Amino acid sequence: MASQPMPDLSPQVSDEVRKTTCYMCACRCGINVHMKAGKVAYIEGNRDHPVNKGVLCAKGSAGIMQHLSPARLRAPLKRVGPRGSGQFEEISWEEALQTATDWLAPLRATAPEKLAFFTGRDQSQSFTGWWAQAFGTPNWAAHGGFCSVNMAAAGIYTMGGAFWEFGQPDWDRTKLFLLFGVAEDHDSNPIKMGLGKLKARGARVIGVNPIRSGYNAVADDWVGITPGTDGLFILSLAHELLRAGKIDLGYLIRYTNAPYLVNAQDGPDKGLFLRGEDGKPLVRDRRTGQAVAWDSPEIAPDLANGVEIGGVTHLPVFRHLADRYLAPEYAPDAVAARCGIPAARIRAIAAEIARVAFEEEITINQPWTDFRGQKHDSMIGRPVAMHAMRGVSAHSNGFQTARALHMLQILIGSVETPGGFRFKPPYPKPPEAHPRPHAGHKPGQPLDGPHLGYPLGPEHLLIQDDNTPKRIDKAFSWEAPLSAHGLMHMVISNAHAGDPYPVDTLFLYMANMAWNSSMNTSAVMEMLTDQNPDGSYKIPRIIYSDAYSSEMVAFADLILPDTTYLERHDCISLLDRPICEAEALADSIRWPVVAPDRDVRPFQSVLLDLGARLGLPGMVREDGQPKFKDYADYITNHERRPGVGPLAGFRGEDGTGKGRGAPNPGQIEAYIQNGGFWLDHIPPEAQFFKPWNAAYQDWAVARGLYDSPQPYVFNLYVEPLRKFQLAAEGHGHRQPPDHLRERLIQTMNPLPIWYPTFTDAETDPAEYPLHALTQRPMAHYHSWGSQNAWLRQLHGHTPLYVSGDIWAQHGFSEGDWATLTSPHGRITLPVVRMDALNPQTVWTWNAIAKRRGAWALGEEAPEATRSSLLNHLIHELLPPKGDGLRWANSDPITGQAAWYDLRVRIEKAPAGQSVSYPAHPAQASPLPKAPRDLAHQVKG
Amino acid sequence: MRSPLGCWAGWIARWKGYKMHPAPSLILFTVLSGLGFGLLVWLGLGLRAPTGLGAIILFGLGYGLAGAGLIAAAFHLGHPERALLAFTQWRSSWLSREAVLALAALVVMAPHAASSAFAATPLPVLGWLGAVLALATILATAMIYAQIRAVPRWHHWSTPPVFLLAALAGGAALAAQITLALWLMVALGVAMLAHWLAGDRRFATAGSTAGTATGLGALGRVRLLEPPHSGRNYLLREMVHEVGRKHAQKLRLIALGAGAVLPALLLALSGGYLAVALALLAHLGGMLAQRWLFFAEAEHVVGLYYGKR
Amino acid sequence: MTSLPPPSARKLGLVIDLDTCVGCHACVISCKGWNTENYGAPLSDMDAYGASPEGTFLNRVHTFEVARDSAPPMVVHFPKSCLHCDNAPCVTVCPTGASYKRAEDGIVLVNESACIGCGLCAWACPYGAREMDSAAKVMKKCTLCVDRIYNDTLPEEDRTPACVRTCPAGARHFGDLGDPDSDVSQLVAARGGFDLMPEQGTAPVNKYLPPRGRDTLEIPDLASLCAPAPQAAPNAQPTGLLGWLDRALERL
Ligand SMILES: Nc1nc2c(c(=O)[nH]1)N[C@H]1C(S)=C(S)[C@@H](COP(=O)(O)OP(=O)(O)OC[C@H]3O[C@@H](n4cnc5c(=O)[nH]c(N)nc54)[C@H](O)[C@@H]3O)O[C@H]1N2
Ligand SMILES: Nc1nc2c(c(=O)[nH]1)N[C@H]1C(S)=C(S)[C@@H](COP(=O)(O)OP(=O)(O)OC[C@H]3O[C@@H](n4cnc5c(=O)[nH]c(N)nc54)[C@H](O)[C@@H]3O)O[C@H]1N2
Ligand code: SF4
Ligand code: SF4
Ligand code: SF4
Ligand code: SF4
Ligand code: SF4
Ligand SMILES: [Mo]
Repeated sequence: MASQPMPDLSPQVSDEVRKTTCYMCACRCGINVHMKAGKVAYIEGNRDHPVNKGVLCAKGSAGIMQHLSPARLRAPLKRVGPRGSGQFEEISWEEALQTATDWLAPLRATAPEKLAFFTGRDQSQSFTGWWAQAFGTPNWAAHGGFCSVNMAAAGIYTMGGAFWEFGQPDWDRTKLFLLFGVAEDHDSNPIKMGLGKLKARGARVIGVNPIRSGYNAVADDWVGITPGTDGLFILSLAHELLRAGKIDLGYLIRYTNAPYLVNAQDGPDKGLFLRGEDGKPLVRDRRTGQAVAWDSPEIAPDLANGVEIGGVTHLPVFRHLADRYLAPEYAPDAVAARCGIPAARIRAIAAEIARVAFEEEITINQPWTDFRGQKHDSMIGRPVAMHAMRGVSAHSNGFQTARALHMLQILIGSVETPGGFRFKPPYPKPPEAHPRPHAGHKPGQPLDGPHLGYPLGPEHLLIQDDNTPKRIDKAFSWEAPLSAHGLMHMVISNAHAGDPYPVDTLFLYMANMAWNSSMNTSAVMEMLTDQNPDGSYKIPRIIYSDAYSSEMVAFADLILPDTTYLERHDCISLLDRPICEAEALADSIRWPVVAPDRDVRPFQSVLLDLGARLGLPGMVREDGQPKFKDYADYITNHERRPGVGPLAGFRGEDGTGKGRGAPNPGQIEAYIQNGGFWLDHIPPEAQFFKPWNAAYQDWAVARGLYDSPQPYVFNLYVEPLRKFQLAAEGHGHRQPPDHLRERLIQTMNPLPIWYPTFTDAETDPAEYPLHALTQRPMAHYHSWGSQNAWLRQLHGHTPLYVSGDIWAQHGFSEGDWATLTSPHGRITLPVVRMDALNPQTVWTWNAIAKRRGAWALGEEAPEATRSSLLNHLIHELLPPKGDGLRWANSDPITGQAAWYDLRVRIEKAPAGQSVSYPAHPAQASPLPKAPRDLAHQVKG
Repeated sequence: MRSPLGCWAGWIARWKGYKMHPAPSLILFTVLSGLGFGLLVWLGLGLRAPTGLGAIILFGLGYGLAGAGLIAAAFHLGHPERALLAFTQWRSSWLSREAVLALAALVVMAPHAASSAFAATPLPVLGWLGAVLALATILATAMIYAQIRAVPRWHHWSTPPVFLLAALAGGAALAAQITLALWLMVALGVAMLAHWLAGDRRFATAGSTAGTATGLGALGRVRLLEPPHSGRNYLLREMVHEVGRKHAQKLRLIALGAGAVLPALLLALSGGYLAVALALLAHLGGMLAQRWLFFAEAEHVVGLYYGKR
Repeated sequence: MTSLPPPSARKLGLVIDLDTCVGCHACVISCKGWNTENYGAPLSDMDAYGASPEGTFLNRVHTFEVARDSAPPMVVHFPKSCLHCDNAPCVTVCPTGASYKRAEDGIVLVNESACIGCGLCAWACPYGAREMDSAAKVMKKCTLCVDRIYNDTLPEEDRTPACVRTCPAGARHFGDLGDPDSDVSQLVAARGGFDLMPEQGTAPVNKYLPPRGRDTLEIPDLASLCAPAPQAAPNAQPTGLLGWLDRALERL
């Protein structure tokens, strides 16, 4: 036989590996960037990294194509054509920064609130918030309001932490995992790794989702729920568990406010906790029948019986809870039709939860001591874990649904126990340990405190005496009292309407607000271009920082072009959205593994430069010179509290400080040497029961997470919610406007409730019979992926997936197009049949559709011609109800955008349809034409 | 009615760009070289033994067609400059065998041709040997397709007869062997019919389904939900055609009618040069249609992964 | 070269777990990245930013729906690359010897410098595992990352295919399927691994693990699980609950 060719089996992969952090999405995996001849050649996962342990998703591996994207901006831009046209002129950085300074300095001196600074996908919120605070505007927030604030706020108020960045299932021990409304989530790789672990062990996964794709495709059991009804389903599970007595009473007594006594007398105290002299909530001691402080030693708190004091009855929270959820309205048979889940299946799932929680209990032989001083010789776990995201939270009943889910986990006693849901440091952190929101502004002064926080009652709302909101987005007003992340999706329409007041400059960063992150996209584009009679724009000035030629770029007056994630310093900080694991504290950096090859600058450094030019406190030295050279300098030397800065690792002169310590000039280098991250394990005795575990509390204080131990119990009953209800009932001096009273009473229930989404409640099901959803494709990050030559081949258009029934009913065949109509608009898309769908649901991919001319794509790109956004169908306000008011299409408690409340009807598009509707006129591209073909290889 | 060629060109234009189309170079190659080698078979066997100018014309035609076919085939190659390598793998590869055989046929036949043309002395031994090699070349061409199990329609005993009879019939007509050509045309018609009829059931009998392709067949009815990429790919372009049933029937009629029936009729009715020329033209058009269909109807099992079937 | 070598004892290949694959395409892109930079010509992309992008990929993930009579439809993500068949028809058809199956480990490769780009091997492969690169005009296919798995410039743990290393769900396994004791062989045995299109006679080395049963949650009798049920009737009254609570709290 002829000899066989001998390829080189050991080629040198690269000259050098630089370890940094991925930013193809917000998951923040560690990457090894392989360099050849000084160029990026290949990207793979970093095996040592706590987030991804070596794996990498499609986006991460395609980072090189993002770096080589033809859509990358090249220099600062000044608008020369009309807004929206995309006509720009490249200018120098000096001119750009001077322009921004000239616009902003007078605002700060006279009316700092006239700057609205909102940031999108960034991970430097603690930094941008600090900047905005120094500037003095109350109008700052990041994107959480249109994203998942329901999830976050419900988690914080209920148990001091939520899912995603703040917690995770105990993947290594869980035996039953329930996943609610997740297509992808922020923890992209960790969820996949976790599911892989469950699969390898043969643990059961239950997916609750109207659509069986992705994670739900691998779920052992699929619950194809009707959108917007999860709350009802969850409360029905609670009903079953209560009915069967399958709840963890010991856990409820020790770790929750289930025994707290609640005042039952009508009046200003109704529904508030009975408190002792010192303000401590009281519980009934079963032995003495007396009401005593909840944390008194050696008591046996009662869950069933109350006390009578001065003729007033006070019943324990648990009694209220049991009374409510044992009611027949929550029986599986009563909810089945509404949820689209057979009653038998609800019962089966409840039984399985009960079986695994109580019959497959797990024990870790690890002694620990609780905050009461009681010693436990082992850690007992209930190995049922749950995880949820926007399928639950992006509804107008999302806050209460998320609360219900947390309650369910707490009832079975699985939170922070082995096999259940675990917090990631710096969580758990109860609402009391978070700040309150602030909006006190004065010309030339910094704001009176941090912008965002967790109100504990109406007294913390950011409103004027006449109830006018103090913030442009109306966050923390009666319309959205607990809007802990702000309401970015309302900024443009409020600014356009001058309601509650006009702003001068809209400053946006890393958010495609003229396109996929706005509701009502076409109208938003009009608002951004709308002019006063004198020809000036309704929103006078728009500054925007993007790295790519996005749709939003076309609508700005001044563009500050950013670097890519491989070219700048970033800091993934514990002060912000941490990357910790349940068993470790961790943070990380990005650093310039390549220098930018064009006239772009890292936005954070630009912001520091701008801050120094504006003379903002903390950004200039006494001599008026800039305090920080650049963002790297800030990361190293800024201190939030003495000894606590953006990075927790390698602190102190000698670099050994963990969490606390003086700034270390070699800190960034130490991170680089360590692979771009820092990790510190939680001691074994502190790994579980964190809110109540003395060892954890002490460790957290040592690491600077708290300044003193903060043990607390979970809030099955959220008293602050009750305070808003009381106000709406007419008690207290801060009174809501009359039109909101009923809604506040109905929705701000201190125990989880379910109510139909506002859209469901008001839509005629005959006219709009279907729910329309979007899902995130695993291989794209919002709008970013389409400029990526590799990723856009995976998902280059947005077919509308419809069930076999709809397919047959409308006589669709392959290649047909459908028109979707909502009360607000119409879009046209190609249809694809998918049977593994809730029969009342249609869906498409999120954010693949593009405006012609954007992202340096060809004008006939399928992203523009065979794609559309559901955003065109979604209005930020609900249709008029005839009361003269337009209600926000948001959760009434947090203001979370209710993306998934959308109802539509479908029709077959006329034959010959070949281009999607709406088709907006092309925007001019400020960039050279993209190359046609690629065959990229870095030669070593 | 449009000429078969026009129709064929129209189809190509229609398919180009979004559906895969059979490579024109392959169609031309198989038809032309088949014709050329078919003619050479008869010339080698001495069924017609032209000399002088006649030999120059006829051998020239045989060599020309075979060569043109080979050149057309080279167009199909990504790297024609490496074509010599294609002579190396005759032990296993029918494509390599075809190359070797084609070259051998042309080389072995050359002295016979030259001697016929310039010395008026055919060299029968070399002629016969050349004829056998030419025949083997045609067979090798057919086997390139017939061996491909992934295309059940091709992977059948009826494939070689179609190629062989087409080449021999066309060759006989070119050599103006009226009777022989007539019967070969009839046989070709039968072979084509057999190939189609058998072919239409081949995919089913081969047993590959979306169920076997994915191994999920035991769980239920398997249907493609999403192709791997929304973008296009080589496989779809090259192998996953969808030819409309109605158009296929029309083209089969054209292939059968123009490729075999009409030539047979013409040859049966008149032995004149005009009839032969017309028969040849019809046959050529018919064979182009047949060959187009041969590729266009070649359902590759890979289509199962793309929901095409 | 084109003749197949005698069957090797070592049969390197992949085992793909259809129960676990979430369809994330990570393996697709890591393969694209690795093979664009390594083994032979880069994997090109035509019309990369235009109306009809078309690139070369050695691994693609399809998605199928499986309709069942008395259970909800299943969705199965289905990654597919070269299966390194023992009886590889793609090899024997190759006229130039560019395609070959390695005698020592069974990996099927294309020697690009000998490939004339005739495309026949792609036709011969029933699985669509070969793609002609439009720029380089040579045949491309999965190399089983032969330039990783033996690469002694890589740390030992990285000597595994790029797609396997990157798969977040752990749905891809690499190993010696010729060795019945290897992890991959054991996995195949334990989970009923199968061949794709066995009727094609290609004898693939790569194996697929079937999805586990779906929607099988039995309806256990919740009542039997709860020893001291507060109330058997669905309309439990708090009074019933109170009695139960008393007893249960007493036991704590
Ligand atoms: N219909 C529908 N709409 C939705 C959703 C939905 O589910 N359905 N989801 C909503 C949610 S949860 C969210 S979070 C939003 C997300 O929406 P956006 O926050 O608007 O996200 P992107 O589209 O990614 O836009 C981010 C912008 O940042 C730019 N960018 C990327 N990298 C960099 C960089 O390094 N520096 C700078 N300066 N800019 C950069 C991008 O070019 C892009 O223009 O969408 C919302 N919109
Ligand atoms: N690859 C990738 N990863 C991302 C992003 C991205 O763009 N791409 N974006 C990031 C961002 S900003 C966010 S906010 C997260 C979002 O992460 P996810 O929450 O996973 O994102 P969505 O795609 O919005 O998924 C919502 C899911 O909820 C389902 N759903 C909708 N309504 C209901 C309902 O009423 N009940 C139930 N049970 N399910 C429902 C939908 O079918 C869908 O599967 O992902 C982050 N990660
Ligand atoms: S999930 Fe993917 S894109 Fe996101 S950080 Fe990790 S590797 Fe990068
Ligand atoms: S899968 Fe296809 S390319 Fe790979 S060895 Fe088998 S036949 Fe050849
Ligand atoms: S394309 Fe290349 S590898 Fe494939 S058969 Fe032809 S020469 Fe061989
Ligand atoms: S083994 Fe290597 S070449 Fe083959 S699919 Fe995986 S990454 Fe691609
Ligand atoms: S990387 Fe793994 S989970 Fe993702 S598509 Fe590939 S095999 Fe499936
Ligand atoms: Mo989001």
